[in-house]
Amino acid sequence: MDRRSSLKALLVGTVSTGVIVEACQSKDKDQAATAASQPKTEDDPTRMPEEKEKLQELQAKDFFTAEEKATLTILADIIIPRDDTSGSASDGRVIDFISFIVQDKPEHQTPLRGGLRWLDLRALNTYEKPFRDLTSQQQLAIVDTIAYPKKAKPEDLQGVHFFTLMRNLTITGFYTTDIGFKDIGYVGNRPNQWNGVPPEVLKQYNLAYTEKELKECISFT
Amino acid sequence: MGDLQIKKLPKQYDAVIVGSGAGGGMAAYVLAHAGLSVALLEAGPHFDPAIHSLQLKNPWESPRRGASTPLRPFGDFDGAWHGWEIEGEPYTKAEGTHWDWFRPRMVGGRTNHWGRISLRFGPKDFKRRSQDGLGDDWPIGYEDVAPYYDKIDRLIGVFGTNEGLPNDPDGIFLPPPRPRLHELFIKKAGAVSGVPVIPSRLSILTKQINKERGACFFCSQCGRSCKVYGDFSSSSVLVKPAVATGNVDLITNAMAREVLTDKEGLAKGISYVDKTNLQEYEVHGRVVVLAASTCETARLLLNSKSSRHPYGLVNSSEVVGKYLHDSTGASMSAIVPTLLDRKRYNEDGVGGAHVYSPWWLDNKKLDFPRGYHIEYGGGMGMPMYGFSWGIEHLQEKVLIRGVQKEPGGYGKGLKEDIRYLYGARIGMAGRGEAVPRADNFCRIDPDGTVDKYGIPILQFNVKHSDYEIKQAKHMNETFKELFHNMGAIVTSSDNSEKNLWGLNNPGNVIHEAGTVRMGNNPKTSALNKWAQGHDCKNLFCVDGSPFVSQGDKNITWTILALSMRTSEYIVDQLKKRNI
Repeated sequence: MDRRSSLKALLVGTVSTGVIVEACQSKDKDQAATAASQPKTEDDPTRMPEEKEKLQELQAKDFFTAEEKATLTILADIIIPRDDTSGSASDGRVIDFISFIVQDKPEHQTPLRGGLRWLDLRALNTYEKPFRDLTSQQQLAIVDTIAYPKKAKPEDLQGVHFFTLMRNLTITGFYTTDIGFKDIGYVGNRPNQWNGVPPEVLKQYNLAYTEKELKECISFT
Repeated sequence: MGDLQIKKLPKQYDAVIVGSGAGGGMAAYVLAHAGLSVALLEAGPHFDPAIHSLQLKNPWESPRRGASTPLRPFGDFDGAWHGWEIEGEPYTKAEGTHWDWFRPRMVGGRTNHWGRISLRFGPKDFKRRSQDGLGDDWPIGYEDVAPYYDKIDRLIGVFGTNEGLPNDPDGIFLPPPRPRLHELFIKKAGAVSGVPVIPSRLSILTKQINKERGACFFCSQCGRSCKVYGDFSSSSVLVKPAVATGNVDLITNAMAREVLTDKEGLAKGISYVDKTNLQEYEVHGRVVVLAASTCETARLLLNSKSSRHPYGLVNSSEVVGKYLHDSTGASMSAIVPTLLDRKRYNEDGVGGAHVYSPWWLDNKKLDFPRGYHIEYGGGMGMPMYGFSWGIEHLQEKVLIRGVQKEPGGYGKGLKEDIRYLYGARIGMAGRGEAVPRADNFCRIDPDGTVDKYGIPILQFNVKHSDYEIKQAKHMNETFKELFHNMGAIVTSSDNSEKNLWGLNNPGNVIHEAGTVRMGNNPKTSALNKWAQGHDCKNLFCVDGSPFVSQGDKNITWTILALSMRTSEYIVDQLKKRNI
C-alpha cells in the first residue's frame, strides 16, 4: 500500500475498519469508498463478543431517577456553562456520559446518589425546597460552600467530596466531545506529516533545532 | 463429561509453536519461510490490526470515553484484549508479595499495543557477573546477537540515531521524528545536568520499507495497533506473512495444557483445549517451540511432568520458574510554567516520546548496581476519560495568569483554567534493570488450585531488593533535578522510603523475563545457548523466559533477535537430522 492510498483509506476509514483491507487489496478508489459503509454493531470486528455483551447489559440499565438526572444536569451546567468559546455541559450531553459511566464504574454510584441526597437536604434545611427547585442564586449560594475544598467548612466535607467528583466527571464528559475538542483546541487524531514544532512557536520560545536534528530527522515538504 | 475425548490432529508438523507474540511470531516467520510446516497455537482469538484496530476513533465513539475496562485494561480503544484479570484463570501470590501479570489473549499478544521501544542490549548487559559479581553472565555475548539485531532492524524497521554509545549499540535506523516542544525543553534540562537526551528508538516506519506495510501517518496511537501496519506488531508483521507462505496452520483459542513427551523423553507435541468448545486436542511435531510468555512458558514446562521429567520438562536443574524479574519503574509528573497557555497545533507525532535518555552513569560510583533509562511523556494529547481529573490539585500548585486561585471552583473561570493548563504537563518514567535472583520465582500453586480448564495455576513469589529500591530513589532524584532545571512544578505525590520510592509492583512494567534461563551449565540453567533444552533437545523457548538478565532495555527487540537466531538454528538442526 503506498502512502497516498493508505492515507486516503484512513480518511474514509474513520467510519469503517473494513476499508483499509479493501484499499490494501485494490488500488481502485471507488471500491475503497464503497467499502466505507458503517458496519452493524453485531458485525463490528473491532469489539470482542464479551465487550458487545457487556455493553448491551450496561445500556439496558438506568441508575438515576429523573429527579436525580435533573439535579445532575443543573450541577453540570454550573460547572461547565456556555461561554464565548463553547457551549455548556448540556450541549455536550454530559448527563448521558455520567449516566453510562456509573453503570460502567459502579464505584461512582453511591458517592453520587448519596451526594445528591446530601445536597437536597442542605437545600431543604436552608430553603425548604429540593436543590433543583431553588433559584439559581440560591443554588450558587450552596455550591459556593462546597466548590472550594481548601476553604470549605469542616461540616461541609461530604458536600465538597461530592462536588469534586461531579466536577471531575463533568470536565471529562465535556472535553471528550467534539465541542470539548474545539474548546480546548485539540486538532490531532488525523493522518498528517509531523515536521516538528512550527517555526513561529520555536521562535516564541527562542528555540531552534540543531544541525544534527535537521540532518538526521525525517522532514516533509 | 461422558463423551470427553482427546482428538489428535492428523498432521505431523515440523514444528509446534505455542504463542503468537514477538517470539512465537518470529519463529513461525522464520520456520515457515524455510519451508517447514508449522502449527502455531494462540490462546486468544484472531487479531489483524487492519480489521480489528480502533485507530482514529474519537473519545465520544466510546460511551466510556476511552476509559479502561477489565477487557481493555489500557483503555477502550487499546490494542490489548484482556490483560490483568482473566475470568476463570486466576493466579496466586505468596503472602506479603506482589505480582501483576499481564496476559493479553489474541494473535500477536501484547505486541499489538506495546510501546514500540526497540533497544538493543549492549555488550555489558550480557556479562553482568563478570563486571560486579552479581547475577550471571549470559552464555552468549553481544557479538552473537548483533547480526540478528541487524536483520530485524532491516526486516521490521526501527527509527533512531547512531550515537556511538558503548552500551547502547548503533543500529540500522530509519530517520526519527523531530522532537516535540516539551521534548526540546527536556533536552535543555538534560544538558544542564549531564543527562543525555537522544532520539527514541521505536519500531515505527517513518519511511515505507516494503509494499505490505504503509508508513506512519503520525496519529500517536500505536497503542491501538496500526491499520496500515506502520509499526511493529507480531500479528501484522510476522504472523500474517508467515501464514501467507501456506506453511502455517494458525490455531486460535487454543489454550496449551502441557508439552507431550515420548518414552525417550523427547517432546512430541502439545496437548491443548479449544476454548470455543472445550474439546481436548493433541498436536504433534518434530520440535516444540514455546513462546507463551515468560510465566506461561514456565507454567507449561512445570505442568509437563513425566517419569523421564519428574520435576517438569527441562527442569532437572529445578531452575524453571526462578530468576523471574521485571523492569523496575518509578515516575513523576510536573507542570512546566513556560508551557502554560500555549499555542495550539497538532503535535500527536508518533506513538510515544520522540526522545529518551539512555543510562549515563557508572554504577561503580553509585550505591546501586544497575542502571535505568528515562521515558518521557507530555504534550497536547487527545482528551480521554480522566481528562483534567483532579484539577483542584494543579490550581493549588500553579499560578494561573500570575494569580494564586482558590482551588476547585466552577463556571467560566474553571473553563479558562482548563484551557490555560492544557499541554503544560511533562511526565518522566524510569525503566531500570533488576538483579535476577533464585528466590524470586513462580511455581505451580502449592494449594493445588486449577483454572477453569483444569490446568494447575501459578503462584508468584517476587520481592524488590535493596538494589531496586535504591535505584528508584535515584530515579526520583534525577526527575526532580531535571524538573528543577526547567523551572517545573512537581504535581505528582511525593515518593519516599515508605512507598519504596514509588516502585511499580513487580510485573507491572510488563517486561517479565528469566524463568527458563539459558546457560552453559545444565545444573544451573534449563536451556543451552541456543535456547534449546539441556534435558530435551527438541524443546526450545523463544519468549522472555530464556533471558539471564535484561539490562535496562525493553526486551522485545532482543526476544525477536534471539527467536530468529534460535529458529535459524532449528532449521539447521532439522536439516542435519540432529533433532
